[in-house]
Amino acid sequence: MTIMPPNPDLLSVRGLRVDFRSDAGATQAVKGVSFDIQKGETLALVGESGSGKSVTALSILQLLPYPMAHHPAGSIRFRDTELLGADERTLRQVRGNRIAMIFQEPMTSLNPLHSIERQINETLFLHKRLSTGAARTRTLELLRLVGLPDPEKRLTAYPHELSGGQRQRVMIAMALANEPDLLIADEPTTALDVTIQAQILALLKDLQSRFGMALLLITHDLGVVRKMADRVCVMNQGEIVEQAKVDDLFIRPRHAYTQKLLSAEPRGNPLNPPDDAAEVMAADRLKVYFPIKKGLLRRTVGHIKAVDGVDVAVRRGHTVGVVGESGSGKTTLGLALLRLHASEGAIRFDGTDIQGWAPKRLRGLRREMQIVFQDPYGSLSPRLSVGQIIGEGLGIHGIGDSKEREAMVARALEEVGLPPEARNRYPHEFSGGQRQRIAIARALVLKPKFVVLDEPTSALDMSVQAQIVDLLRDIQARHNLAYLFISHDLRVVRALSSHVMVMKDGKVVEQGPTQRIFEDPREEYTRALLAAALNLEAVESPAVRT
Amino acid sequence: MTPLTRRRLANFKANRRGFWSFWIFLVLFFVSLGAEFIANDKPLVIEYENHYYWPVFNAYPETTFGGEFETETDYRDPYVRDLINSKGWMVWPPIPYSYRTINYNLPVPAPAPPSADNWLGTDDQGRDVVARLIYGFRISVLFGLVLTAFSSVIGVAAGAVQGYFGGLTDLLFQRFIEIWQGLPTLFLLIILASVVTPTFWWLLGLLLLFSWTALVHVVRAEFLRARNLDYVRAAKALGAGDVTIMVRHVLPNAMVATLTFMPFILNGSITTLTALDFLGFGLPPGSPSLGELLAQGKANLQAPWLGLTAFFVLAIMLSLLIFIGEAVRDAFDPRKTIAQMSTAMPGEAAAATAARKEAAE
Repeated sequence: MTIMPPNPDLLSVRGLRVDFRSDAGATQAVKGVSFDIQKGETLALVGESGSGKSVTALSILQLLPYPMAHHPAGSIRFRDTELLGADERTLRQVRGNRIAMIFQEPMTSLNPLHSIERQINETLFLHKRLSTGAARTRTLELLRLVGLPDPEKRLTAYPHELSGGQRQRVMIAMALANEPDLLIADEPTTALDVTIQAQILALLKDLQSRFGMALLLITHDLGVVRKMADRVCVMNQGEIVEQAKVDDLFIRPRHAYTQKLLSAEPRGNPLNPPDDAAEVMAADRLKVYFPIKKGLLRRTVGHIKAVDGVDVAVRRGHTVGVVGESGSGKTTLGLALLRLHASEGAIRFDGTDIQGWAPKRLRGLRREMQIVFQDPYGSLSPRLSVGQIIGEGLGIHGIGDSKEREAMVARALEEVGLPPEARNRYPHEFSGGQRQRIAIARALVLKPKFVVLDEPTSALDMSVQAQIVDLLRDIQARHNLAYLFISHDLRVVRALSSHVMVMKDGKVVEQGPTQRIFEDPREEYTRALLAAALNLEAVESPAVRT
Repeated sequence: MTPLTRRRLANFKANRRGFWSFWIFLVLFFVSLGAEFIANDKPLVIEYENHYYWPVFNAYPETTFGGEFETETDYRDPYVRDLINSKGWMVWPPIPYSYRTINYNLPVPAPAPPSADNWLGTDDQGRDVVARLIYGFRISVLFGLVLTAFSSVIGVAAGAVQGYFGGLTDLLFQRFIEIWQGLPTLFLLIILASVVTPTFWWLLGLLLLFSWTALVHVVRAEFLRARNLDYVRAAKALGAGDVTIMVRHVLPNAMVATLTFMPFILNGSITTLTALDFLGFGLPPGSPSLGELLAQGKANLQAPWLGLTAFFVLAIMLSLLIFIGEAVRDAFDPRKTIAQMSTAMPGEAAAATAARKEAAE
C-alpha cells in the first residue's frame, strides 16, 4: 500500500467515472467529476434528471449496483481513507457513521414494519454498541433535536402513522445518530409540501451549524440551492460544467448550461382576458365526501371531506389556479368538475347543470372538457402509438374519416411543438417533457372549451417546465380556452393564472385575482404558503402542519 | 416489432432449454397432426390399371380392384394386396396400422412384445402401440389447446369485469368463484360423465365448467390495478365507453400475466383428460388415449412396454410444456425485461433509474 499525503479536505473526489454495463455496451453515467468538500461547508450538486448527480452521491458510499456499475477511473478520499474499491469492512465503518445519507422518499426509506425507536436504535447498536437503555435516551434526544413533536409517544409509532415531513425528520435523526462528519442529502425535500420543505431545510441548516458537519446537497431546485449552499457544482450529462460560490453563480453564471438553467424559471404573465367573458364551467357548493365505515355492518360513521362546499367559476379565456398542499382536495375538485368523480352540488357547463347526467348523455360533452394529468409516464397507454393515443378521442366522437383524423392528429402534434412523424412512435421513445406535450395534444385535438390541468409541470425538469408553461399560455391565447390549473408550485401558478383559489382541507381559504393574492394575502395560511414557496421561509404558525 | 417485443423474444431464446423444448414440441405436434399419413391401415397412394387412388381421402369398394365385396376395401387382406400388386403398385405409410387396426397375425397372444412389425408391441386387444401413441398424442394436445383457449377467454372476460367494475360486482363474483372452486370437481365430472355419453366436445364442456377460474384472479388483479391509472382516467375523460377502455387500454397489460400462465394451464388440461381416461370416464371406448394406455399398463403388468411407453410419453410431453412455460415466464418477467431495457437505453437516464432503484431498496 502506498502512503498517501494527508488530505486537507474532508472529502475529495478526483476524476470520478461511473459506467453501467449492459449487454448493449457500457453507458457512461459520470464522466470524470472532481470536487472537494471542506469541514462544515455545504456543497450543492445541481442538475436535471439524468445528469448523474445521484449516481455521484451514491458512489461516495459505494452504494451503486455493483458489478453492473463500475468505476474505470477516479478516486474518492474521505479524510485519509480511499473509499473507491475499499473492502466491505472499511465501508461499513464509514457508512452511517462518518458519512450519513438521507433519501428523497421518506416513505420507502423507512422500514414499514419497524417502530421508530427500533429503526434509530439500529444505527446506535451497530456503530456505538450502546445498551438498550442508553440507546433509548439517545434516541429521544435525537428526536427532540429534529423537532418531532411528542417524541416519547412517537417512539413506538410506525412510519405510516407519521406524516411525510415527520418521516423525513426521523430519517434525519437516524442520519445524525452517530454525529457524522458529512451528511449526503439526496433531494431531501422534493417529495414534501412547500411549507414542510421550508421547515426541513431550516432544520438541516440549524443542525449543520450546531454539529459543524459538512452537507452535500443534491437537488434540482435552484431555490433550495440559493437558500442552503455555500458552493455549487452544476452537473450536466455526467460532467461538472461549472463550480462556483453560490453568490457568484447566481449573479454571473459563466457556462451556457448554467445560464440556461437559471433562466429556466417559469416567467411571463397570465393573459388578460375580459372580465365579463362567459362562464364555461362553474360549480356551487360542490362536495365530495368519502364515507368512513366501521363495525360489522359497515355503517357509515363519518365522512372524509375531500371537497367541502367549494364554489368555483371559470370564464372563457381565463385560468383559475388552484393551490394547496397535498391532501387539500385540489385534484378531487378537478375530477369532480369533469364528472370523473361522484360529487354533490350543481356543476354547470356552459350554463347547463350536468350533475347527475348518465354517462351516455355526458359522452357528447366529453370532447368539450378535457384533462391533462401530472405524470406523463402514467397517463399515456404504453402499448398504443402516439397517433392512436391522440386520435382515440376523434374516433370515439366520430369526428372525420380516417384521413381527416390523421391530418388533425398531425396538426395537433405540430401545435404542441412535435414533428408530425412522431405519431408512428410509442410513448416510451419520448422524454418526460415530450410526453406531456403528447398528453396536451390529446386534449387539444378535440377542440375543448375547458381543460383541467392537474399539476402538468410537477414531474418535469425546471427548463422543461418553463417551456410547457409557455406552450399552455400560447394555446390558451389561440383558442380562447378556459383552464383550471391545479398546482402546488406557486411560481408556475403566478405565470399562468389570472385568478387563484387557495385550498386547505377541502375548503377554499382565500380566493381572488392572482396579483392581489400574491401581493396582499389576507389569510394567515396563504401568507405561510407564499413565504414557504417563494422564499423557502419556515413559518411558525398554527395554520401550517408539521 | 416494438423494442419490448424484441427484448422478450431475446429473453425467450436466452432460455436454451425452453427454446429447444418449444421447437421439439412444435415438430412433434405438427407430425402428429398428419397422423393419418404416418400410421394408417390404408396405403397412401395406389396405382391400379393406370388410375391413381387415394385411400386416405376416399373410400373405395373392393370391387374397384377386382374384389368381390361392395364394402370398403380391406387393404391389409393378403388377397386384396395380391389383386392390387398384380395390376399396379401401392405405397404404405411407415407404420401400416391405424389406432384401431387389430393385428390378427400376432405370433403370441396379445399383448405382444415389441417386434419388427409392432415397434412398441401391441396392447391387450392386438392394436399397435406406436399408432395409438401418435393418435393419442394428437388428441391430448388438441384437447388441451382447445380447453386452454376457451378457459382463457372466459377467465379473462370474467376477471376483467370483476377487476374493472370492482365493488359489489367484484365481491359477489369472488364469493361465487370461491364456492364453485370448492365443489369436488372429479366426482362431479365422473357423475356427469355417466349421465351423458362422453364425446370429445362433451368432455370439453364438462371440464370447461371448472377450468375457467384459473386465470380470473390474475386478470382481476391487473384490472384492479389499472383502473385507477391516469391513462384509464384520460380515456374516460375522452368519453370512451367501459368496453373500449377494458379492451384497448387495460387488456394489453393483463395479457402478460395471461400468457405467462397459459402453458401451465395447457399442462393441467392434458393431465385432467389423461386422469379421466385412466379411470375410464374419459373419451369413448376405443379412442386412442394416453390415459387408456396407462390403464392397460396397470392391468397388464406382465407387459411392461405398455405402462412404460405411456409413462415416458406423458412425462416427456409434460416436461417439454413446463420448460416452454418457464421460457415464456422469463420472456415476460418485467424484472429481466425492464432491467435490460433500461441498461440498453442511451444516455444516463438508465443510470439514474438504476441508482434510484438501489437507493429505494
